[in-house]
Parts: sequence; structure tokens; C-alpha cells
Amino acid sequence: MMKSAYISNTLRYNPDLCSGCGMCSVVCPHLVFVQNERLAQLIRPKACMECGACQRNCPTNAIIVESGVGCAYAQMLAALKGKKEATCDIEKDSPCCS
Amino acid sequence: MILHKDNSPSQPFIQQTSSSITLKNRWDHFLARIGYKRKWHRVNPGLYSIGHPSSESPVFVTANYTLSFDALRSSLRNIDGYILALDTKGINVWCSAGAEIFSTEELVNRINAVSLHEVVSHRTLILPQLSASGVAAHEVKKKSGFKVEYGPVRAKNLPEYLLTHQATQEMRQVRFSLRDRLVLIPVEITNTLLLLLITTVIFFAAGGFLLSAGWVAAVLAGLVLFPILLPWIPSPNFSTKGFILGGAVALPFVLAVLIGKPGAPVWQKIAWAAVYLTAFPSVTGFIALNFTGSTTFTSRSGVRREIFTYIPVMAWMFGGGMLCLVITILLRLFGAG
Repeated sequence: MMKSAYISNTLRYNPDLCSGCGMCSVVCPHLVFVQNERLAQLIRPKACMECGACQRNCPTNAIIVESGVGCAYAQMLAALKGKKEATCDIEKDSPCCS
Repeated sequence: MILHKDNSPSQPFIQQTSSSITLKNRWDHFLARIGYKRKWHRVNPGLYSIGHPSSESPVFVTANYTLSFDALRSSLRNIDGYILALDTKGINVWCSAGAEIFSTEELVNRINAVSLHEVVSHRTLILPQLSASGVAAHEVKKKSGFKVEYGPVRAKNLPEYLLTHQATQEMRQVRFSLRDRLVLIPVEITNTLLLLLITTVIFFAAGGFLLSAGWVAAVLAGLVLFPILLPWIPSPNFSTKGFILGGAVALPFVLAVLIGKPGAPVWQKIAWAAVYLTAFPSVTGFIALNFTGSTTFTSRSGVRREIFTYIPVMAWMFGGGMLCLVITILLRLFGAG
């Protein structure tokens, strides 16, 4: 349960674009990718928490994920304020994310 | 401490720090953990030396939140190096990276601001792994010439990491251990305390001691028991885990109203039981759902689905239970009970 809270997520990996740099397997905090001899391999897609680290560090855009905060509080606050995207509102003194 | 870089452009300004954690530091950590003035737990952004570094020594990058900065420096016992503290507004590494405050841009700007090119002869930076959601290593290389190396998730693994510059799978994985969850509880309580006190008084006034005690139990189940028991509550999502927990702590109160008031009419007993079993567990579930943001593994899309599925359920449970409560109290006031 601690490894995958939810069954599905938005992670998509296109091995055809992979350059084999290995960054995704380095940055992923849930060991979703491993580095094979030449390519990254998606081994635990369900463990993805959509933090976006792999996508950001992939130089060839082989990974797409709709990253964002997995925080109900932030998402509900955004919905109440009519904002499209939930954030941690770090600049303001929101009570979370310290 | 003030940065004097502009006055002495040829001499980069380097502040000194050490690996020792003082009593004052520990007090600061305690205050941060209970959520006291959470924006105040900062160090000055900039370059720090630790030990006796030379131009060959490693450079470690971190956030300017004291808990992050201190976790790093206390892990560098007997290691000579530099710490580059980014301006992350006093927010920890992972959250500030997620909010793109610990970012490629901030890192490149900070490298230039402290003239890091003049301080070290090598061109490698060691970043905490969890900063990767805000930093693109290949772009930092392009914009600053520095190669980003992602170290382990936890600073305490740095001495071992530095032997090979390879992190084990264990070092690369976030956890959410009982200890990790326990340290979050005080701040959860701080954030809710005032609201809890006010609502408790209202419930006490409306329904007496038992009702307000049931309310406090439901809220504390969400704030305290839920983080502790999270991995063991048998259910696939946070809301239903909260319902289960809220229902469990409500049971003694249900029993108390069912057998505790011999003279009361049956419909009244059932109405009270309904309040404990619907309205209060819905609040435990709501608090549980809000804990998603504190965990290390919930995804945005998963949380969104859970909100859409369970917020309406919670609203019905709470609304129905409260209606039950109001009707019962009114009927009792006007002589039915």
C-alpha cells in the first residue's frame, strides 16, 4: 500500500525516444524505472506518484507525466478559489508543505 | 549576516558552518515541527564552507530551510566541502522543488551570485535526489557549465555515497516510516487546534459531554491515529481508511447511547447512534484525505479521483448526521423526549 496508493496514473514512456542516459532511474524516488544496457525500462508504473522528476530530467522528452501536487488540501483550495492548477501556495502562509 | 558580494567582486563571500547541531538548532527544529512560525526556519541563501575545503572539494546544494540545511551539514562530519543554500523561501527540498522554487533558474542564478566558478576548480554539483522535480540536470549543465549529480534521497547516506558516487536502490527510494509519519502529527494538530476547540464547545453546548467527546475522538482519530495506522488500515484509499477508523472510534459512543440511557426512547437512541456513525466518521475521512499532501507516494491524478468520488459521500454523511442531530435536539427541547 505504501508503494502505490492508486492503481492508475498519467505516466507515459516512449522507449523509441530514449537516449539511454539513465537519469530517470536515478531521480525516481519509487524505483519506477531501471536502466538496462541501452534503454530505460519502465518496471513499476503503478508506483508512480507523478512528481515529474523523470520528465524534467529527460533530455529527449521520452517521458510524459501530468505532474503536480498529490495533495487533497491544495486541490480543494484551488477548486474553491476557481484556480485551474493546485499549488502549495508557498508564498502565502498556507498551513501545509513546510 | 549580510551578503557583501557587491563590495568585493574578486573575493566570493563564503559563510562558515559546521556539522555540529547545537541546542539552539534543536530548539529551532522543535519549533518547526510543531508548526511555530513556519516561515522563520531559514538560513541565508548563499555559499557556506564546512571543514577546510579546497578548490577540489565537493559542492552540496540544498534548500534554505533549517531542517534541510541542518540535515545536510550534520551528515558531513569530517568531510570538507561547500554547501550552496538556494533561496527556497524556507521550504524543504522536495516541496520547494515541486513548487519550482528549488529550480534550474534559482540554481543557475545562485551559482553566479556566489561566483562558484572562482571558488572551485571542478564543475560538479551534488544535489539531493528529491530536488529533481524542480531541476533539469541537462539544462543546468547548458546554462552554467556545472554537471548535476543527484545524490541520495537522505543526506545521512552522503558519506557512503561519496565513496563511489553511486547510490544504492535503497538510498534512491523514499520511505514513509512510522517515525516519518509521527513527526508530522504535531503540526497537523497545531493547524487544527483552534477549529477543534471552537467546534468542541459547540457540540458540548448542543449535546453535552458524550457528544463533544465523540467529536474530539473522531478528529483526533484523523489527526493522530490515522498517520500512525495508515499502512495497516485495510482499504485502498485515504477516505475509506478514514471512514473505517472514524467508525471504529465511534463504536464506544454508539454503545454508550444504546445501552447507557435506559429511559430514552428507541428512536432517540438510533438518532444519536446515527450521528456518531455518519457525521463524525465523515470528518475523520476528510482529515485522512487531507493527509495525502503529507505523504511520499500519492499522485495528483489519484488524489483528484479520490476527491471527486468521496467528497460528495462525506458531504452526505455529514449533512445527514447533522440533520439527525438537530432534529433530535429540537424534539427533545419541545417536549418529545
